[in-house]
Amino acid sequence: MTCSEFIALLDDLIDDSVSPEIRADLQNHLQGCEHCEVTLNTTRKTIEIYRSHEIYDLPSNLRERLHAAIMARCKKGC
Amino acid sequence: MSTIQTIAGENEQHPDVALVERARAGDVSAYDTLVRKYDRQVFRIAQHITQNREDAEDVMQDAFLKAYEKLEQFQGNSKFYTWLVRIAVNESLMRLRKRRTGKMVSIDEDVETDEGSVPRDLADWSPDPEQNYNQSELAEILRKTIQGLPQGFRIVFVLRDVEGLSTEETAETLGLSIPAVKSRLLRARLQLRERLSRYFRRKKGDEK
Repeated sequence: MTCSEFIALLDDLIDDSVSPEIRADLQNHLQGCEHCEVTLNTTRKTIEIYRSHEIYDLPSNLRERLHAAIMARCKKGC
Repeated sequence: MSTIQTIAGENEQHPDVALVERARAGDVSAYDTLVRKYDRQVFRIAQHITQNREDAEDVMQDAFLKAYEKLEQFQGNSKFYTWLVRIAVNESLMRLRKRRTGKMVSIDEDVETDEGSVPRDLADWSPDPEQNYNQSELAEILRKTIQGLPQGFRIVFVLRDVEGLSTEETAETLGLSIPAVKSRLLRARLQLRERLSRYFRRKKGDEK
């Protein structure tokens, strides 16, 4: 397996949607390729960081204001 | 154990369905519950697309009001959340078009880039790279980095990886094919990774 072939299957590996045979091929490639190992680990970390950090917070006062506006309109039938 | 969070079986009803039915029957408090459940997600998606706080506030209100108006049209064969996200994405794109009058805003244009190919940068990251920054610095880095992605990649990454939609739901929401979603997701993930490396790469003296 080449690095390009590995990268083409990177998402399937991360999303755990590869067959056991392909997984074995990918693992086999990883053992001899530091480049792809780093790419895999740091791509996983990238997703994890974006999942676990709120970058657009909705402050509670704004949330309540927007919420009140929405519900007031809904009660009037929009 | 409860299976609420797993994909409901064919005969199992998602808890939102009962709330939607009550709201349709005129129970505003049921809709109130749905708004509170999903307002943060809608606001976040609107911010990611419009990249403007005031627009995101307007989108959030408009999306929930539009969803309320159209509740009769909700079929129940897709999840309420996915249906709501589709409304929020459309409202966000409309808002962008208004702001950039005359300029087409589209998520289906493909962007030519070679950044989906094998990465050139081999730098590994520090063991816990986010710990080198405080919360607000980190949020700024993450915002700046994702804002630099092409729009069509950014939306796919946000829906799929941040908001947790499946590939199929993302494709349906954006009106894209499944291969198009997959290709954009791979390129989005690799580009973000490459751009974050600037901040998170292992420095000399970091422990292995």
